Amino acid sequence: MIPRISRRALTARSVVRPTAILPSAHRSLSTEVDLPSLPSLYALTEEEEMLRDSVRKFAQEVVGPKVYEMDEAEQMDPAIIKGLFDQGLMAIETDPDHGGAGASFTSAILVIEELAKVDPAVSVLCDVHNTLVNTVFRKYASKELQDKYLPQLSADKLGSFSLSEPGSGSDAFALTTKATKSEDGSYYTLSGTKSWVTNSFEADIFLVFATVDSSAGYKGISCFVVEKEMGIEIAKKEQKLGIRASSTCVLNLDDIKVPAENLLGEEGKGYKYAIEILNEGRIGIAGQMIGLAQGAFDKSVKYALERKQFGQAVGLFQGMQMQFSEVATEIEAARLLTYNAARLKEEGANFTKQAAMAKYYSSVVAQKAAGRAIEWAGGMGYTRETGIEKYWRDSMIGKIYEGSSNIQLLTIGKFITKEHS
Amino acid sequence: MRPTAPSWLKVLVPIKRTVDYAVKIRVGANGVETAGVKHSLNPFCEIAVEEAVRLRERHKKDIENITVVTIGPPKAADVLRTALAMGADSAIHVEVKDGVIVEPLAVARALKAIVGEEKPDIVLMGKQAIDDDASQTGGMLAGMLSWPQANFASKIELDVAGKSVKVAREIDGGLETLSMDLPAVVTTDLRLNEPRYASLPNIMKAKKKPLKKLKPEDLKVDFSPRLETVKVEAPPARKGGAKVESVDEVVAKLKEAGVL
Repeated sequence: MIPRISRRALTARSVVRPTAILPSAHRSLSTEVDLPSLPSLYALTEEEEMLRDSVRKFAQEVVGPKVYEMDEAEQMDPAIIKGLFDQGLMAIETDPDHGGAGASFTSAILVIEELAKVDPAVSVLCDVHNTLVNTVFRKYASKELQDKYLPQLSADKLGSFSLSEPGSGSDAFALTTKATKSEDGSYYTLSGTKSWVTNSFEADIFLVFATVDSSAGYKGISCFVVEKEMGIEIAKKEQKLGIRASSTCVLNLDDIKVPAENLLGEEGKGYKYAIEILNEGRIGIAGQMIGLAQGAFDKSVKYALERKQFGQAVGLFQGMQMQFSEVATEIEAARLLTYNAARLKEEGANFTKQAAMAKYYSSVVAQKAAGRAIEWAGGMGYTRETGIEKYWRDSMIGKIYEGSSNIQLLTIGKFITKEHS
Repeated sequence: MRPTAPSWLKVLVPIKRTVDYAVKIRVGANGVETAGVKHSLNPFCEIAVEEAVRLRERHKKDIENITVVTIGPPKAADVLRTALAMGADSAIHVEVKDGVIVEPLAVARALKAIVGEEKPDIVLMGKQAIDDDASQTGGMLAGMLSWPQANFASKIELDVAGKSVKVAREIDGGLETLSMDLPAVVTTDLRLNEPRYASLPNIMKAKKKPLKKLKPEDLKVDFSPRLETVKVEAPPARKGGAKVESVDEVVAKLKEAGVL
């Protein structure tokens, strides 16, 4: 657990951690250099700490008791979704003018992490809504679309991000859903099939990526704000290995009419919005994975220190201690990668490589930690009732969605090549 | 239209920062180990803050102000922020140095001075703190102020116009309901309410709410301790009990233990 540290006066947005610039041209042997004392990655603003504590309690007391039944039923409890909205957790970075809290990006990551410690399915619902849907509106939508939809997304309408299709996953921009503009230009007709859409069963507001001109390749892709009533059909709800309470559906868009004003941003810029938003969304998934890893770890280690065999707590045997330490170190490393990527983004610095590293590494650590957690708890780890095995099933999606691990590695590789040639 | 005299009420909620209720307490050479241990708002104080916020939700503009106050070390400001995030309007921090012991008598005296300044109509506070379990401050304060008091409240009904309060208290025999004129002291018990989680928008707003810092000298109150802790030890480890099959066996065991 991250210990509370003595806080220095920090405000989230204004923390710019300067690179230490050593005074040059001083040949003296004096080592008296005034360097700014830079905080560790554990440093949080007062609001971020309060938020983390509040969400931790909410997650443990409100979400905790429902995790098992939601997973067994493969259904998100509407009371949980309402609880998230009521706590202001569905409009973390949104401006207060639009009903949000105006909090930092790191605040969002902390929320996602704390929720994932208890239920990664609830965590991803909150993550997609905040880091993908809300942020696309905040960054790329016109004032009219922002004023219309952000308050709804802050109050009680769940959002969904719909990019992938049966024929386009990693090759996202090979999508084929068409958006045909009407003769008089007042509306678009959307037609196609979308797959793997998170939150879609419960969502009211969808960001749908479609192409207005298939001959233009990725330059035809555009982003549309589509309300459920405009005609989105749930064709199929997927039955998954993990995060079962999180709805993942196939959507049918059967010649649905979308008003022209609901084109978000500019025609043909959809691919740019998607790439940029998935960059930061990646850090959100990293947050989910480190929360998952910690949640599994904490549950299992606690059990191992209570369970006695051969006259002592099994967790005190050297072999177990060494395994705990190894996994704890990996979780710590993944966490620091994630927090650093988040702070880099807040600073306005380039964070693509670090975000890819954080997401890739966190998903690996999550699966390992969750797997170990089952082993450490033995039979109790294997039964569904205890709630430990769920983390392992949940962890596997980390390597798959929002950019598969292979894609992350290619992204990082491109940076490496550039840096070394 | 007949003008009505303004009947706004001011609520003062004294709160305390204590070791978190979920922490496993360890007793060392110098007593209970508190260094590096998680601290948070005392649960009964949290209930008091929640009740104050609910009074405002019920009586709206009739509640003019909810002020929280704490007497404690610098870190105690955390609980003030938490209370502000739950819905209090302003906070007062009587700051003492780290490690300084503040006994209930000192707290009661300090609160008396603050009551003199702030002039609240109702002092709503936790029945006891979970670190010392003293359960003294509320009663002492009421005595010093010569105000009516109702402790262990499980239900509070405020009559703003009538400037009185009806409090249902949990006592060993059941429920006792008291009616008191304001100003009064009410201490809260567990079943009064279930505190809310500070929502994010309120956490963000909390920073802008006023927090006044005072020193013990400002209150002209004697904080010197009257008690000396002689010994602190953990309770003896629980020994297993035994299962019996019949009433005769129970009697036999009790006779064996020498209690019959």
